[in-house]
Amino acid sequence: MRRFLLPLGIFIVLLVFLGAGLRLNPREVPSPFIGKSAPAFNLTQLHDEGKTIAPENLKGQVWLLNVWASWCVSCRQEHPVLLDLSRRGIVTIIGLDYKDERESGISWLQQHGNPYSTSAYDRDGRVGIDYGVYGVPETFVIDKKGVVRMKHIGPLTPESLDKKIIPLVKELQGA
Amino acid sequence: MRKLILSLLLMAATLSAVAGEAPPASEDPALDARVQAISEELRCLVCQNQTIADSHADLAIDLKNQVRKMLKNGMSDKQVVSFMVERYGDFVLYRPPVKNTTWLLWFGPFLLIAVGLGTLYLKLRRRSDQNIQALSAEDHEAAVKLLNSGKDLS
Repeated sequence: MRRFLLPLGIFIVLLVFLGAGLRLNPREVPSPFIGKSAPAFNLTQLHDEGKTIAPENLKGQVWLLNVWASWCVSCRQEHPVLLDLSRRGIVTIIGLDYKDERESGISWLQQHGNPYSTSAYDRDGRVGIDYGVYGVPETFVIDKKGVVRMKHIGPLTPESLDKKIIPLVKELQGA
Repeated sequence: MRKLILSLLLMAATLSAVAGEAPPASEDPALDARVQAISEELRCLVCQNQTIADSHADLAIDLKNQVRKMLKNGMSDKQVVSFMVERYGDFVLYRPPVKNTTWLLWFGPFLLIAVGLGTLYLKLRRRSDQNIQALSAEDHEAAVKLLNSGKDLS
């Protein structure tokens, strides 16, 4: 009987590794910006070419940077969640229109609703690269000092909002 | 009549099949070679098992152009790679760096081979130790008898 304990033990260890490995999602690449300053940018606003927007302008408040595009199907999926969040007025949401046509972006927001206080227009995606964006939609939580605190990859869900993002925002707002 | 119209329509359809112009021969093969070399070391985060050299994803093309731009501006290969790692983390390196956290990834297989061979060696030694017991005289006779009796049955 004892002879079988060792292979059984090794098998169980392997099972544990398999179980842990299967739960990890390789699409969720952790952001190296957590704890660092949000990369600077200076882009024109989507609705007004004459105005610009930069993370500098948002210091002193907690804000979300939501990367979206009119061609992005998953963004449509998360949009109602964002609209709801904006109506609740908990936190400022700034959009980053990533690799899009200005007119397409504007009409998309008109059609589906605009949860953003402003959207920055990143035509060539350079700011996206600076933020390590690899698959829209992505959402960054940035604190009052301009430090990235969290990155959410993929569409926002009511669950992730309630369980992770809103608690973090409230914590940062209290600080 | 119908055949005439049909054949005219089909011919018209071929108007859209215009051969594209071949892309221009490279103006700077040395730069291209460097871009290619670096691109083969960077992972495409969308098609995660490909390098940005292989992948046709939008992001891969963007990143390749970014690499090219940076090399043109005079950044060194190392600077370009660390630019990418700063923004995307270690995962963007196609070959994981050898760090404390990836030590097991790189050397684990060799470790397992060593453990396996070691166990095999110990097991074999133990088994050969057991075989050295000599048969007692009675057992030897009994064995001979059994072996001989077996011959009659054939």
